[in-house]
Amino acid sequence: MLEAFLNSTISMATPILLAAIGELLVEESGVINIGIEGAMLSGAFFALAAAWFSGWTLAGLAAGAAAGVAVNAILAALVVNLAVSQVVAGTALDILAVGITGVYYRKFFGVTGQAIIVKPLRRIALGPLAKIPILGPALFTHNALVYLAFALVPAAGLLLGRTRYGLKLRAAGERPEAADALGLGVYRLRWQALIAAGVLTGLSGAYLTLAYANTFVENISAGRGFVALAVVILGRWNPWGLAAASILFGAAMALQFGLQALGTAIPYQLFLALPYATALAVLAGIGGRAASPSALGEPYRRP
Amino acid sequence: MLSSLGKPLAALALAAAIISAVLLALGASPARVFIALYQGALGNWFALTDTMVKATPLVFTGLAISLAFSAALWNIGADGQLTVGAIAAGAIGPHLGGWPRPLAIAAVLIAGAAGGAIWGAIAGWLRARRDTNEVISTIMLNFVAAQLLSWSVHGPLMEPSRAYPASSPIAPSAELYRFAEPSRLNLGMLLGLALAAGCFLLLYRTEAGFELRAMGRNRRAATFFAVPIARLTVAAMALSGALAGLGGAVQVSAITHRLYEKLSPGWGYEAIAVALVARLNPLAIVASAIFFGALDNGSQAMQRSEGVSPVLVQVIQGMVILILLAFDTPAWANLREQVFGRGAAIEAEPAGGAGSADA
Repeated sequence: MLEAFLNSTISMATPILLAAIGELLVEESGVINIGIEGAMLSGAFFALAAAWFSGWTLAGLAAGAAAGVAVNAILAALVVNLAVSQVVAGTALDILAVGITGVYYRKFFGVTGQAIIVKPLRRIALGPLAKIPILGPALFTHNALVYLAFALVPAAGLLLGRTRYGLKLRAAGERPEAADALGLGVYRLRWQALIAAGVLTGLSGAYLTLAYANTFVENISAGRGFVALAVVILGRWNPWGLAAASILFGAAMALQFGLQALGTAIPYQLFLALPYATALAVLAGIGGRAASPSALGEPYRRP
Repeated sequence: MLSSLGKPLAALALAAAIISAVLLALGASPARVFIALYQGALGNWFALTDTMVKATPLVFTGLAISLAFSAALWNIGADGQLTVGAIAAGAIGPHLGGWPRPLAIAAVLIAGAAGGAIWGAIAGWLRARRDTNEVISTIMLNFVAAQLLSWSVHGPLMEPSRAYPASSPIAPSAELYRFAEPSRLNLGMLLGLALAAGCFLLLYRTEAGFELRAMGRNRRAATFFAVPIARLTVAAMALSGALAGLGGAVQVSAITHRLYEKLSPGWGYEAIAVALVARLNPLAIVASAIFFGALDNGSQAMQRSEGVSPVLVQVIQGMVILILLAFDTPAWANLREQVFGRGAAIEAEPAGGAGSADA
């Protein structure tokens, strides 16, 4: 029971964490990506389509990442080069992604309701670690994307905190004018962050279709991209904080299934609303942007 | 370069071109799809009246967005505010049986506006007092509102036979006046028109409106002119929410007469496209809403006759927003500089500068 709950928590936390780490890089460079939900949804759909038509899971992962990159490249052209409103452009991409994936889903797979099931991503037991009682099956019998997501936590910490590149990225998000005057290339840094985030967000979408649901339903991302945005704030722009917040949301989602299965009298909508209500409550409690990059969300135009 | 009407029209034309390419890629004939869209939206009296009905919630949510965005408050939560407004209207509606009709209608509409105002004010308060990004909080509130509606119609407001996840119908006295029946034309559109005029006067003819727009231009600078930022933020979000909530109440009172799950097909998000095409001008919102209402209405006919998914409308909405953003930005001027480096831009400055400036 506990084992299953922990396992489910980690499974549910993974797509959120993957997207949140991408969003962290983007936000450190000074951009807020509301289009993250659209990138995730696109990744989910194109990963499934590629895996289904090629019969090859790896092709699905690649297609998912490519779809995320494509969405973020559109956003980068608009918000980095053309300096348009980041919020509005991101929201437009979210709407566009619902439309594109919906139209192509019905085109490729029809509306007949034929189930499109793909082979799930293989689970890898991590040798002796997987044999530890309770913790082993809960934490160390997941697929590669889960391990990737959690391995990225220290990696992002090192990149942002300990490398010259991380310093440059943060300079672009804190004082873009100063960074640009130093020749750090604000436009290029923001593009790079958005492309890297595109890969991670696309993979988080691919996780939903190739590892979690093994199929696609319209709007399968169901707000997880937005939750990732909240996770970055709750985690105070710190990779370890992001991991903790992702696990909190993963637990809220796992709890929802667990309690539904138990058949309690508590209405299930309460559990569905729980992750979002939790985010609101925590935001109200800790306040929003004390630790945020100073130039977050502000378009940069070279003076 | 282009007049203020020219740009949205050019954006729509470009969107139409891209959509045509998408349709060709899907193996559908763009001409036939556009004709089906037109027929379904405006082809006959019934289509025309239903276009007006579909446009009505977009007038209210469009005004909500226009008001908030004018103050640079990025309210992505009109959908949740509309939903809570509808819940409030649907909750009191069944209990107004003995009331005179004008009073009952007023009560339902006021309840809807109040519900939406509360939902908007939460995000406003979080922004003003807890420095929480309103984009995140309004999106979270959308999800909470959707679950609140689902719970309401499965739980406390469920109709007595408990066969369907829907609420009891509102009392006939609380039904908004319809005219030209059997069409569903109703007073909602006229109310929307009046509110559009009201929003225009508020934004452009009052001191509060001036302060809102000043805050929208530059939040920090506005503080130097003694603009009460915190109070204004909460008030603007509450008013924006009230407009959206009123839209939800009108929908319940005039069209559905009861609550059910997924009442809004995304009017709060579509409203962003509506407001941007109208360039945030409340008076232009009505025309813009009718255009998008026609798209929504036509897309259903298009699905029936051409077999193209109605979510194509969302492709159009997203595309129109993106193209308008790209048309509207003054940043084209220093694009040359971004690509070719600084020197190129300085040489080209006079030409680039003049070309990008828009009257």
